[in-house]
Amino acid sequence: MAPVAPRSGDAIFASVERVNSELFTLTYGAMVRQLLTDLEEVEEVNKQLDQMGYNIGIRLVDEFLAKSNVSRCVDFKETAEVIAKVGFKMFLGVTASVTNWDAEGTTCSIILEDNPLVDFVELPDTCQGLYYCNILSGVIRGALEMVSMKTEVTWLRDMLRGDDAFELQVKLLKQVHEEYPYKDDE
Amino acid sequence: MQFFGGSEISPSPPVPTASGNNAYMLYIFNRNGVCLLYREWNRPLKTLNSQQDHKLMFGLLFSLKSLTAKMDPTCVDKGNLGVPQLPGQGCSFHSFRTNTYKLSLMESPSGIKIILVTHPRTGDLRESLKYIYNLYVEYVVKNPLYSPGAPIRCELFDTSVDQYVRGLG
Repeated sequence: MAPVAPRSGDAIFASVERVNSELFTLTYGAMVRQLLTDLEEVEEVNKQLDQMGYNIGIRLVDEFLAKSNVSRCVDFKETAEVIAKVGFKMFLGVTASVTNWDAEGTTCSIILEDNPLVDFVELPDTCQGLYYCNILSGVIRGALEMVSMKTEVTWLRDMLRGDDAFELQVKLLKQVHEEYPYKDDE
Repeated sequence: MQFFGGSEISPSPPVPTASGNNAYMLYIFNRNGVCLLYREWNRPLKTLNSQQDHKLMFGLLFSLKSLTAKMDPTCVDKGNLGVPQLPGQGCSFHSFRTNTYKLSLMESPSGIKIILVTHPRTGDLRESLKYIYNLYVEYVVKNPLYSPGAPIRCELFDTSVDQYVRGLG
C-alpha cells in the first residue's frame, strides 16, 4: 500500500474542530495580562511566554505529524516551508511566508501578515519591551526540538511595536542525531 | 468514534477484515527508549522480565533501522554502520515476518515508535498504526495531566487502543 500523501494546510484546517477566534484572542490576552500582573518584569514575562510556548510545541508536533502526514523533511528549507504553509495554516488559520535565506540555508524569516493573537491589542507605554506573541517563538522552538533540530527563534519585526508585519527569525543551530539510549553495562 | 468536541479521528480507521484476536502485543516507545505503553493480548511464552524485554525490543529496532539504511541499494550517501541517524531519515523498514508472528513498526519524525506484533498472515498494518498514532495524539498528547516522556497512564487511551486492536483483521 503506497503511503498517503501529505495533506495541505487548508484541507486540515477545514477538517479540525475550530474555536471562536475572539475567544482565542481574548483568552490569550487575559493570560498575558495576568502574567504581567504576577511577574511585573517585562523580560520575565517574555521568558515565561517562551517557556509556555515550548511546552505547547513539544506536544503540538505530534498532532501536526499525525494530521498532516508529512514525512521527514529533507533539509531545513523544506522544514521552514512546511511550518509556514501547513503548520501556521492548520493551527492559526493564517498563511505565512518564508524569506531571507542566508547563504548556508540555516537561517530564515517567517513573515506573518495576519496574526489572530493580536486582534484588538495595543501595547501601553509601560510594556514597551514586551514581545506579546512570544509564545509562538517557543512553540516553533519546542516543536523543532522534538524532530531533532535545535533552533533559536527571535522576533525581527513586531506590529505591536510599530513595524509593518510580524517577522520571526528561525536559526538552525544544529541537528541532534539519535544516540542509543541504553548504557552497555547490562 | 467521538471525542471531547466531537471531531472525527483522521484518517478514519481502516475497516477490520476479519473478527477475532489477531494481535499479540503492542509497544510504544519514545525517542529516548522509554517504553510508554506495553499491552499484550496473546503471549504464551515469556522469557525475559519486562525491563529486559523492552530494552531488547528497542535495541532490535534501533539496530535494524541502522542496518536497513546501510544496505539500501538506492541511497547514494551511506554513513558508517552505527552512525546515529535522524528518526525517519533514509529508508525505513516497516515490518518483518517470521513463521510465527509479524512485527509492524511505525516511526514518526518526532521519534515515537509504535510496534504491533500480530499473526503472521496479517496484511499491511501501516494505516492501522497511523490510526493508533492518531489515538495517541488525541488521548495522550492532548491530556494536560500527562507529562511527556513518562509511561502512559490514561485509561481512555488504553480502552480505545484495546477496542481498536481487537477489531483488526
